[in-house]
Parts: sequence; structure tokens; C-alpha cells
Amino acid sequence: MIERLSSLWTYLQTLPVFWLVLTLGIYQLSARLARRVHGFPLAHPVGLSILALVLILYATDTPYEHYFAGGQWIHALLAPATVALAVPLYQQKERIRSLFIPLLTTLTIGSLLAIIASVGIGWMLGASPSSLLSLAPKSATAPVAMGIAEKVGGIPSLTAAVVILTGITGAVGAPWVLDRLSIHEPAVRGFAMGLASHGVGTARAFQESEQTGAFAGLGMGLNALMTAVLVPVLYGLMV
Amino acid sequence: MLTGFLQLLSFLLAGEIVVHLAALPLPGPVVGMALLLAWLLRRGSEPSENLGKAASGILQFLSLLFVPAGVGIILHLERLQREWPAILGSVVFATLISVALTALLLRRLSAGKEQSHD
Repeated sequence: MIERLSSLWTYLQTLPVFWLVLTLGIYQLSARLARRVHGFPLAHPVGLSILALVLILYATDTPYEHYFAGGQWIHALLAPATVALAVPLYQQKERIRSLFIPLLTTLTIGSLLAIIASVGIGWMLGASPSSLLSLAPKSATAPVAMGIAEKVGGIPSLTAAVVILTGITGAVGAPWVLDRLSIHEPAVRGFAMGLASHGVGTARAFQESEQTGAFAGLGMGLNALMTAVLVPVLYGLMV
Repeated sequence: MLTGFLQLLSFLLAGEIVVHLAALPLPGPVVGMALLLAWLLRRGSEPSENLGKAASGILQFLSLLFVPAGVGIILHLERLQREWPAILGSVVFATLISVALTALLLRRLSAGKEQSHD
């Protein structure tokens, strides 16, 4: 019986649909848990899910490649989801038009600031050069940030991880910071959340309102473009 | 819904093609988003019900889609063990500082502008 079970486990471990089911199931449980302990801000469904899955992979000595064979089915939807952000954006077109210059100015300064703060703080706290290069594009959305990191000599998979941590930080911390600064305008809240914490921040912004979410999508999209331009330029200036 | 999803994927494909042909340093999905937005603006009418449904359907699960890539952090446990204060410090402080300053700047620059259009 024990042998049977252990052979079943060996089989499941390499079965993509097993990890797919586990990821979806754990995410649903995490979302439910996060709702229940709403007062405890660190309980973000993405963070909880990642923590649980990492513990499972670690405890069972499962290689990430086995996990990702199932996880990639979910991961693949990120690309069409990014395209889909154009729809809520379109619905805010009047507001975007009236705020065009402020948005563009804020984008340039905010994007520069996000890069410099990431590298500067990492450097002060003693991160290694390859970590610093992986941290530089971390406010941009994962696929962009990974491409940039690769271009300047960072580690793309480390960038993916810090990008998502950045997203969770923004989703959890940004509403708190914005409340402290008494910033209540949905467009301003959304744009700042999307610019600094990409898609995870954007998902959080949609919970506040459709308008907050749309501006977060705008901040995320524009900052993807800006970070892709700025990081290689800044890197060129540094070396 | 299927038609809408086909539209999203077509714009994704168009984005990938543009990136490849123009050798842009940008990811296909971001260019696909820009192309879809440009198309909607050109047409000038509200997105079709199909497209709207597909978009809100997929955006509803946006945060779930980041989980598999995030689990990839397991590949870097050794580095995190060595450098976690620096990496975590950079992530947390840089993100919150960016949010705060970006929001303060945009509020300042946009003060009064929005009302004139409403």
C-alpha cells in the first residue's frame, strides 16, 4: 500500500494537471482566507499562494520545472490579460485626455524614481551587483522586467520573483500609504499603484473602483514602456 | 465570449509581429494592448459586448496569473538567504516611496484640471 502510494506520488509529481489543480485550489483557499482576515494586510492571496506552493515544492523536493509544466497554463494567460487592459483604459479616454501632460510628466519622474530607489536602497543594504541589476526594472510588469534584466546582465527568474514581491508590496502597502497622505482621487491612486506595482497592484486597484483600476492599467502599461527605455540608458551611463 | 477572446489573442499576435518586425525592446503583450487601444480609439464606439465580457472575464483573475512565476522564487533561496535584507529592503521601501511620490506629484500637477472637463 505504502509502495503504491509512493509510486502514485512519483507519478503525480510529474503530472502537469496535478500542479494546475493544486495552484487553482490553493489560490481559492488563499483568497477565502485573505477575505476572512481582512484586518491583517499581509494576507494577500498571491503571497499566501506562493508561500504555500514553495513550501510544498521544498518539502517534497519537487523541481520547479515539474511545477511549471502545470503552472504555465495559468502563466500563459498573462499575455492576453495584458492586452485586455486596453478595454478599461478606453473607457477612461476622456479623463486620460484631460490629464495627458500631468500623466506623462509623472510617468517620466516616477519611473526614474522607481529604478533609482530600487538600485540605491539595494546598494546601501549591500546587495550584490547581479541582484542590483535584477532589482532595477522591478516596478515594470513581469515579462518586460525579465527582458530588461536579461539585457543588462541581471537574472531574469530572480527579477520575476522580485517583480511579484513588488506587486504584493504595492497591493498591500500602497492603499495604506495613500490613505495616510489623504490621496483619495481614484485616477491618482490608480496611476501610482500601477506605475509602482504593475499587474498585482492593478488587480488591487480594480477592487477600489473601475476608474482606479483603469488608471492603474495605464500606469502599468506606460511604465513598462518607460522602464524598458530608462534601465538600459541608465545602465549605459553607469558602465 | 469566444469572439472576444479571439480578438484579444489576435491583438496579442499582432503585438508579437510588430515587436519582431520592428525589433522593439518591448514585450508583445504591451504592444498588443497599445494596438487594441489605438483600434478602439479609431473606431470611436464602445467595445463590443463580446470583447467587454472577455476582457472583464480574464481581468477578474489577474492576480492569480502571477502565482506560477512567483513560485519561481524557489530557484533563488540560496541567494535570498545571503541577501534577503537588501533585496527585501529594496522591494518594500523603493515600492512604497515610488507610490507616495508618484501620487503626490500627479495630484499636484493635475489639481483643478479634471473638473474643467467633467
